[in-house]
Amino acid sequence: MMLTCKEVSRLASQGLDRRLGLGERVRLRLHLAICDGCRNFRRQLAFLRQAVARLGDPDGR
Amino acid sequence: MTDFRSQVEGERPYLMRYASLQLRNRQAVEDAVQDTLLAALAGEAGFAGRSNLRTWLTGILKHKIVDAIRKNARDATLISGEVDVSDFDALFDDSGHWAQAPADWGDPDAALGQKQFFAALEECLARLPLKTSQAFLLREHMGLETTEICKELGVTSTHCWVLLYRARMALRECLETNWFKK
Repeated sequence: MMLTCKEVSRLASQGLDRRLGLGERVRLRLHLAICDGCRNFRRQLAFLRQAVARLGDPDGR
Repeated sequence: MTDFRSQVEGERPYLMRYASLQLRNRQAVEDAVQDTLLAALAGEAGFAGRSNLRTWLTGILKHKIVDAIRKNARDATLISGEVDVSDFDALFDDSGHWAQAPADWGDPDAALGQKQFFAALEECLARLPLKTSQAFLLREHMGLETTEICKELGVTSTHCWVLLYRARMALRECLETNWFKK
């Protein structure tokens, strides 16, 4: 029942592009609660989004 | 009048660089920038009162880039190689755990203030396969919804998610190796 890191990496990515189902969100949260690597991964994706939004920003650099 | 023309022309190098991030074909880049400059000169009135010429020009260019991506979607090469993510298998062990867990990047926001960081990011982007990179930039830079991206690229929504997943996996790996571990 427990998601693997591999599955979590996919779901965490899709969560940025579509609304995850309730079951998906619950299982994602359960896994993240006990997995440092996946928590880091999710933070990294959020950071990537921020960074890429600023790419070529005329005022940013 | 002439002053405006030379100011617009002066932004050409910046716009070329910007377009190159998203279109890798030299001719497509030149066409998009040329169209942008022509549109800007024809629409000078639209600029009146705005403070930043570069921001205004970049806004026009974004539309030209999406047009170019759309135009190329049909005759683009097959993306089968880009939607197969089995090459990520090596990142996980047999039980699906990270072979090497993603690291704590500390306070990554500090990187956002650094020019060199963006140079590293651009380098990582340039290593992505074309459609993967375009899907990712349409999503994360242009802020398009997945359904729009699928349409522009002419792929299914499942393929779209895979392209975005592939991009994120590759970029985080690349940045971790080339920036955050240095």
